[in-house]
Amino acid sequence: MTHEKIILAVITMNGGRVAGGAPIFICQTKEEMEQIAANLEAILDGIAHELSEGLLIIVKH
Amino acid sequence: MNEYTFPILYGVAAGVLTRLYLLRTDYRQYPTYLHGRTIHIALGAIAAGLGTVAVPAIMEKEFAAITFLALAASQFRDVRNMERNTLNELDQYELVPRGKTYIEGIAIVFEGRNYLVIFVSFLSTLFYLVWDIWAALAASIIGLMTARRFMSGSRLKDIAEVQYVKPHFEGAGLYVDNIYIMNIGLPARREEILRYGMGFILTPKNFNARTTIANLGQRQAILHDVSTALGIYRDSGTPALVPLAKRDLNDGRVGIFILPQVEDVEKAKAVIENVPVLESAIRMPKKRRWKRKGWSGDDA
Repeated sequence: MTHEKIILAVITMNGGRVAGGAPIFICQTKEEMEQIAANLEAILDGIAHELSEGLLIIVKH
Repeated sequence: MNEYTFPILYGVAAGVLTRLYLLRTDYRQYPTYLHGRTIHIALGAIAAGLGTVAVPAIMEKEFAAITFLALAASQFRDVRNMERNTLNELDQYELVPRGKTYIEGIAIVFEGRNYLVIFVSFLSTLFYLVWDIWAALAASIIGLMTARRFMSGSRLKDIAEVQYVKPHFEGAGLYVDNIYIMNIGLPARREEILRYGMGFILTPKNFNARTTIANLGQRQAILHDVSTALGIYRDSGTPALVPLAKRDLNDGRVGIFILPQVEDVEKAKAVIENVPVLESAIRMPKKRRWKRKGWSGDDA
């Protein structure tokens, strides 16, 4: 089964608000979040999107 | 040597010259190299030969010989397939792909140009045989000019106004004017985008144009042309840096977001204005004749 778009990873400062199938990275600070998201973006060839304050997802388009 | 030798040679030469004239390497960078050109010149020569010998064949009442023009048609359909396949293969490795609509457009042009070569050769030889070389020369030149006219379609500036707008962010959302382009999560990426990005708004001039520029293939062609002409701030592994074109659903305007390496707004505008309107993208809803009461032939 192929997916058009898929959430590859979730990066958040509030682990209690997310759950589910994609790997979740819980960070302490905003800087840490951005750094992890930037790395994941390059590694996974996906785009980091901001859903709300302190919640980023990496999506493969 | 017989009475047909010179007319045939002349017709073939006129056809090949037409093909060479129509086969210019321009900003689209295709075909670029010797081998690509060789294929097209060779096929042009075959087309010229077919167009040319049709005339003596008719004059000698060899009507069966004309049927090989049908063979030519299938031959040149293969040209179209060949172009389509080649460009499709290459498109996978473009930083900003051409898109299938653009490729189809290019393929159609390659096929069409061979028929124009047949036409020019046919006319040239006919005029040479019926009158003399001067009449043939005139026929070739007129044929060449007609071919040129037929082959240059309209440009984007004929159907839409292009206007520069600086892209901006509202939260994580990237906007060109009021058209939402995409969501960018990382502040570092946002800075890059504001630094290199340019936005343009295409305002369609009428209802037909609105549907034409809404076509995804047409939009991709615009992005490809700008990225080819002005460079692109992008690499594999940076999927966030992607030029995009999105549509305002309310009024049919299209917002173009590009990341050119040459930061020259006027140049970018000129490139966008000169993007060809793709044959396959043209829609003409205004041509529909409404039969119901209360509708006129030309709505909108």
